[in-house]
Amino acid sequence: MSRVRVLVGTRKGAFVLSADGKRDSWDVSGPHFAGWEIYHVKGSPADPGRLYASQYSGWSGQVIQRSDDGGATWEPVGNQFRYDGIPGTHQWYDGTPHPWEFERVWHLEPSLEDPEMVYAGVEDAGLFRSADGGQHWEELPGLRGHGSGPSWQPGAGGMCLHTIILDPVHPGRMFAAISAAGAFRSDDAGQTWRPVNHGLKSEGIPDSDAEVGHCVHRVAMHPSRPDVLYMQKHWDVMRSDDAGESWREVSGNLPTDFGFPIDVHAHEPDTIYVVPITSDAEHYPPDGRLRVYRSRTGGDDWEPLTSGLPQQHCYVNVLRDAMAVDSLEDCGVYFGTTGGQVYASPDAGDTWAPIVRDLPAVLSVEVQTLP
Amino acid sequence: MIRVVLPAHLRALARIDGEVELDVTGPVTQCSVLDALEARYPALRGTIRGHDGGPRRAFIRFFACEQDLSHQDPDTPLPEPVASGAEPYLIVAAMAGG
Repeated sequence: MSRVRVLVGTRKGAFVLSADGKRDSWDVSGPHFAGWEIYHVKGSPADPGRLYASQYSGWSGQVIQRSDDGGATWEPVGNQFRYDGIPGTHQWYDGTPHPWEFERVWHLEPSLEDPEMVYAGVEDAGLFRSADGGQHWEELPGLRGHGSGPSWQPGAGGMCLHTIILDPVHPGRMFAAISAAGAFRSDDAGQTWRPVNHGLKSEGIPDSDAEVGHCVHRVAMHPSRPDVLYMQKHWDVMRSDDAGESWREVSGNLPTDFGFPIDVHAHEPDTIYVVPITSDAEHYPPDGRLRVYRSRTGGDDWEPLTSGLPQQHCYVNVLRDAMAVDSLEDCGVYFGTTGGQVYASPDAGDTWAPIVRDLPAVLSVEVQTLP
Repeated sequence: MIRVVLPAHLRALARIDGEVELDVTGPVTQCSVLDALEARYPALRGTIRGHDGGPRRAFIRFFACEQDLSHQDPDTPLPEPVASGAEPYLIVAAMAGG
């Protein structure tokens, strides 16, 4: 029977949650790297035993950990992230130029084919790549250097590159998203980039439909249909049917279109999930009711999913990298909260149950489906 | 022989139990001690100071002989009791940053 392994990054360590295909009984391992902030843990699609973890502390900065046995043991690898050439400046919160300074790795995206190849999205926003299993990192400077970089500004959480999507169909195509700059696309394996934000409207910037400056929170793609992208923006849920060339709003009947994560069902490219959050100031669910919303029509028409989720006095948030799906026949959906709960649904969102209730605040959730 | 005490989070990272004992050739300075420490434990590179001998991380402090050496030139000789091994060189996680 197939198994699932849920990789959870929290404010004070990493946890590995394992279950068989029924997903009703869980083994909990951790904390790994106790006391450190674990921004992201992700496995290689080409070798499920190969995991990468981003480990950070305010005292000692960035560490990258690598496992070759599915998280049972770990080894620190390279942690030197040096921007290419003279880094230049972006805008600071007050609009003044500010030198690019590496702070931390938000997101690790292993290659679809090569376990030794992994991409890192970092703060201050930049894209790095390692071809030797994380030992050495080099920047792909075409993203910061394509032209708009000096105008990028940090969001409230810092100027982070949080989304990296590798297109499994079009060789060399990849997407990145930055808060608060927007979405970007490369068609040559990350050498050159251009903004792909046409159709986004953001009231919080002077020119609401500017080419860059949008606070994109998360972008998701279904691998079978890579030209269709879904986006949770600061406000607005958006959809592109042409690989980011244009976007249209699909917030539809959501109670609020503010939120952080967005994800796609493993087998139904038109079934997508978001977690509506009250507002930019109130980072908790509307009315204290934790509801995942599912659309089976690729947006616009949404249904609340509440079975097993707290429907009163719930004031947690779900961060941008804290939702994932497995690829079992009955697609499992998972998300973690800032209150330390990790919820699982073994039936595509119809019913939910907590795997754990009292972890440190959850920063990220990924899932591996294992034979 | 130089004795070095690391904060708990770095002992865990480098899998160190207790004090570290280092042989340092040449002048015993903060720089030469950290060079020897990082050579033995490469996982510590970048977690105490910048890579390639860069500046001290903001929330890491260096103490010895009841003195705060954090702001001294890293090439200044360490106090004799540290150089002789009578006193440890303390690498401390500041009361902030965690």
